[in-house]
Amino acid sequence: MTLEIILFILFALIGAASGVLMITRKNPVMSALFLILNFAALAGIYLLLNAQFIAVVQIIVYAGAIMVLFLFVIMLLRPDAEISILRTNPLLKYVAIGVGVLVFAQLIYLIFFFKPLNITPSDVAERIQIGTVENIGTEIYTKYIIPVQVAGFLLLSATIGALVLAKKKFE
Amino acid sequence: MINWIYLTVALPMIGFLINGLLGSKIKNEKVIGIIGSSAVGIPFLISVVALFELLALPNDQRVFNVPLFTWLSSGWLNVSFAYRVDQLSIVMALVVTGVGFIIHIYSIGYMHGDKGFWRFFAYLNLFIFAMMNLILADNFLLLFLGWEGVGLCSYLLIGFWYDRKFEKSTTSDAAKKAFIVNRIGDFGFLLGMFLIYITFNSLNFAEVFSRAAALSIPTYVFEFIAIFLFIGATGKSAQIPLFVWLPDAMAGPTPVSALIHAATMVTAGVYMVARCSVIFALAPSAMAVVAVIGLLTAVFAASIGLVQTDIKKVLAYSTVSQLGYMFLALGLGAFSAAIFHVMTHAFFKALLFLGAGSVIHGMHEEQDISRYGGLKKYMPTTYITFLLASIAIAGIPPFSGFFSKDEILWHAYINGGLFVWIIGVFTALLTAFYMFRLVSLTFEGKERFDHHSVHPHESPKIMTIPLIVLAVLSVIGGFIGIPEVFSGTGGNLFSSWLEPVFKTANSKIHHFGLHSHFEEILLMALSVAGVVFSIWLARHIYIKNTRIADSVAAKFKGFYSLLRNKYFIDELYDSTVVNPIKKVSENLLYRINDVKIIDGAVNGTAALVDKLSALIRKFQTGAVQFYAVIMVFGIVVALFWILLSL
Amino acid sequence: MIPVEYYLVLSAFMFTTGVIGVLIRRNAIVLFMSIELMLNSANLTFVTFASFLGDSAGQVFIFFVMTVAAAEAAVGLAIMIALFRNKQTLNADEVNVLKW
Repeated sequence: MTLEIILFILFALIGAASGVLMITRKNPVMSALFLILNFAALAGIYLLLNAQFIAVVQIIVYAGAIMVLFLFVIMLLRPDAEISILRTNPLLKYVAIGVGVLVFAQLIYLIFFFKPLNITPSDVAERIQIGTVENIGTEIYTKYIIPVQVAGFLLLSATIGALVLAKKKFE
Repeated sequence: MINWIYLTVALPMIGFLINGLLGSKIKNEKVIGIIGSSAVGIPFLISVVALFELLALPNDQRVFNVPLFTWLSSGWLNVSFAYRVDQLSIVMALVVTGVGFIIHIYSIGYMHGDKGFWRFFAYLNLFIFAMMNLILADNFLLLFLGWEGVGLCSYLLIGFWYDRKFEKSTTSDAAKKAFIVNRIGDFGFLLGMFLIYITFNSLNFAEVFSRAAALSIPTYVFEFIAIFLFIGATGKSAQIPLFVWLPDAMAGPTPVSALIHAATMVTAGVYMVARCSVIFALAPSAMAVVAVIGLLTAVFAASIGLVQTDIKKVLAYSTVSQLGYMFLALGLGAFSAAIFHVMTHAFFKALLFLGAGSVIHGMHEEQDISRYGGLKKYMPTTYITFLLASIAIAGIPPFSGFFSKDEILWHAYINGGLFVWIIGVFTALLTAFYMFRLVSLTFEGKERFDHHSVHPHESPKIMTIPLIVLAVLSVIGGFIGIPEVFSGTGGNLFSSWLEPVFKTANSKIHHFGLHSHFEEILLMALSVAGVVFSIWLARHIYIKNTRIADSVAAKFKGFYSLLRNKYFIDELYDSTVVNPIKKVSENLLYRINDVKIIDGAVNGTAALVDKLSALIRKFQTGAVQFYAVIMVFGIVVALFWILLSL
Repeated sequence: MIPVEYYLVLSAFMFTTGVIGVLIRRNAIVLFMSIELMLNSANLTFVTFASFLGDSAGQVFIFFVMTVAAAEAAVGLAIMIALFRNKQTLNADEVNVLKW
C-alpha cells in the first residue's frame, strides 16, 4: 500500500461522495459547498497525476471564482427549497436514474473492454516536466496561441453578455 | 377517293364538334341543320365515289387498307386507326350515310322549334361518327370503339327529352335501360375479343381471318369466340334475351328511332357477325345457336307486335322480328342474304318510322292508334309512302322486301329444312298481318278522334320529301338482288358483289344438296299467297268489322294478355336479375363493403393516426428536463451503436 | 502505479452523477452545478491521459475547458437572474413556454 494508492482512494472517495451528496441536497447552499469539496478532491487527484499547474488553477478558478459566483447568485436570488421530485413525478426520476446507470454501464464497458490500452506510464520525471508552469506556458503561447486568443474573445463576449442579461432596464 | 375514306369518319366528328360547341350560340335552325346534314351528306358522296372506284377494279382486288395512325402498340398488340374499304364495308357505309342523310333532312323539319335542336344534330353526328368507325374499322378494337360509341349515342338520343315522362318511368330510365342492356352484351363481346387475341395474337381482321382459315385450331375455340361475339350482337341488335331495351327506346324522338333502331345501330350486330363469317363458319354449333335464336326472336316479337296499340311500339317489335330474320340468315350461312335484308330493311323500316313520325306530328304528339283512323284523306303523301313500305315489309313482289326475305326463306328451306321454313313463313304472315292492322287502324276506316280538338294535317315538304325518296328505294331497291332463279347464274348482283368477302366462310360450310328451280318458285308462290291472305284478313277485320278482333281477344283472354304484356319478360327480368342485384348491391356491397370496410379503413386510418399522435403528443411537455432525459437516452443509444461496432 | 482504469472509472462515475443531477434536480442553480461536475469529470479524463501518454496537449486543453466553463457559468447565471426577475421562480418545471 503505497502512499499514492492511499491518497488516491481517499481523494476518490471524497470526490465521489461529495458529488452524490451534492445532487441530493435540498438546500442549494449545501449543494454548492459540497461541490467545492469535490473540486478540492479533484485538485488532489491532479496532483497525484503530476499536473501541478492544473491542480492549482483548478482551485483558483473553479473553487475560488466560479463557485463564489454561484454562491453570490444563490444569495441574491434566495430560491425556495424545492419540493422533492419524488412527489411530483416519480416516474421521471426513476427513468432518469435508469438512463444514468445505462450511461455508466456503457462507459465502464468502454473502459474495460476497449483495449488499445497498453499504455505504459511514462516515468515520473517526465510527467513532472510536462506539468510545470513553464512547460504549459510555452505550449499555450507558441503552439496554441490562436486558441488562447479565441478564448480571450470568448471571455470578453461572456462578460458583455452577462452584463447585458443581468442588468436592470434603463427607464 | 378510297384513300380519303377516313373523311367519312372525320366529317361527322367535325359536325358534332361544331354543333355541340357552338350550336347553342347559333340561333338559326337552318344553319345547324345544314351543318349537321352535310356532315353526313358529304360522306355519302365520298362513299358513292369509292363504290365506283371499287367497281372499276377486278373482283379479287377490291380490298383496301387506309391507315391513319397507330393507336396502341405494345408487344404483339398492334392496333391502329385504319380503315378497310371492301365490298361489305362500302355497302354498309352507303346504307348508313345515305339513310342517315335522309333522316337528317327529315329531322330539320321534325325537330323544328325544339329547344335542344342543336344538341340533337350534334348527337346525330356523333352517332354517325361512331357508326362509320364501326363499319370501316379494320380491327376489332376500333370496331369496339364504334360499338360503344353508338351505344353511348343511343343513350344520349333516347333520353333526349330528358324531362319527359314515359310510361311508368322517365325517358332517362329508358335510356339507361338501353345502355345497361347493351353493356351486358358488350361484356360478351369483350370476352370474345380477348379470346381472339389469345388465340390469334392479333386483333386485325385480315390477320385474324387468314390465321383462322389456315391454322388448325380446335373447333371449341371458335365455338366459344363465336358465342361470345354473338352475345354482344344480341345486345346491340336486340335478340333474345337482350331485346328488352328496344321497345323502351321508343321514348326518344322518332327520327332517332328511325336512324338508330331501324336502320343502323341495330344492324351493327348483323354486320359484325357477317364480318366475322370465317369464325362463325368454323363453329357449326354456334351458327346453329344463332339461327335458332334469330328464328325464335322473329316469331316472338311478331306475336307481341300483333296486339300493341302504340304506333311506335308496333314498329319496334317489327324491327326486332326482322332482325331475327337477319340472324336466321347468318346462322344458316346465307351471309349476303342477311346483308341484303339489312339494306332493304333500312329503307322500308326507316320509311315506316319517319312516316309514323309524320303521323304523330300531324296528330299533335298522339301515339295511340286507337285514337287514329281515317287519316288518309288528311295526310295523303304520308299514307301512300307508309303503304308502300308496308307492302315492302310484307314481302309482296316486286318490292324490295320480297327479294330479301325470300332469299332468307329459301336458305332456311335448303339449309334448315321444311320446319324452319314453315316457321319463317308463319312469321312473314304475322308481319304482314300486324303491318296492315297498323295501316288500317291508322289511315283507313272510321275516324276515332275528336274533330274539334285535333286537326290532323300533312307534314311540311322537308319531311315528306325524305319519305318519298325512301319509298322509291323501298320499291326498286330489291332489284339488285334478284335471285338466280329469275336472272340466271351470276344474276344476283348483290351476292356476287359480296361473294369475295364470304368466300372463305362459304368454303368451310357444308352446303346441302341441289334443289331445283321448281321448288324455289313453288315455295315463293306459297309464301306470297299466304302473305296476300294475311293482308286481306287484316284489312277485313280492322276496316270493316273490328268486332271480330275484340271477340277473338275476349275468347283467348289469357293468351291475349300474355301478348299484350310482352310475355311479362320485363317483369321476369326484374324479379330474377334486377331486383336481386339491387338487393345485393344495397345490402352487401353498400352496407357492408362500402360503409364498413372501405369507409372503416379510411376513417380507421384517420382514427389510428389520431390516437398515435395523441400518444406522441405526450412527448411535447415543454419541460426542459424531460427533453434532457430524452437527449441522454439518445446518447445512450448512440453509444450502444458505437460499442456494437467495436 | 495506479492503473489508468481507476482514474477513468472515477471520471465515469462523476460524469454519471452529473447527468443524473441534471435530469432530476429542478432548481436551476443546482442544475448548473451538476453541469460543472460533468465538465470536471471530462477534465479528469484529459489529465489522466496527458499524464499517462506524456503529451502535454491534454493539460493545455483543460485550460481551455476551464475558460469555457467559466464563461458559460457567468452567462448562465446572468440568464437565471433575468429569469428570476420575470417569473419569480427558479423551478425548471415552471419554465415550460416551449409547450406551445
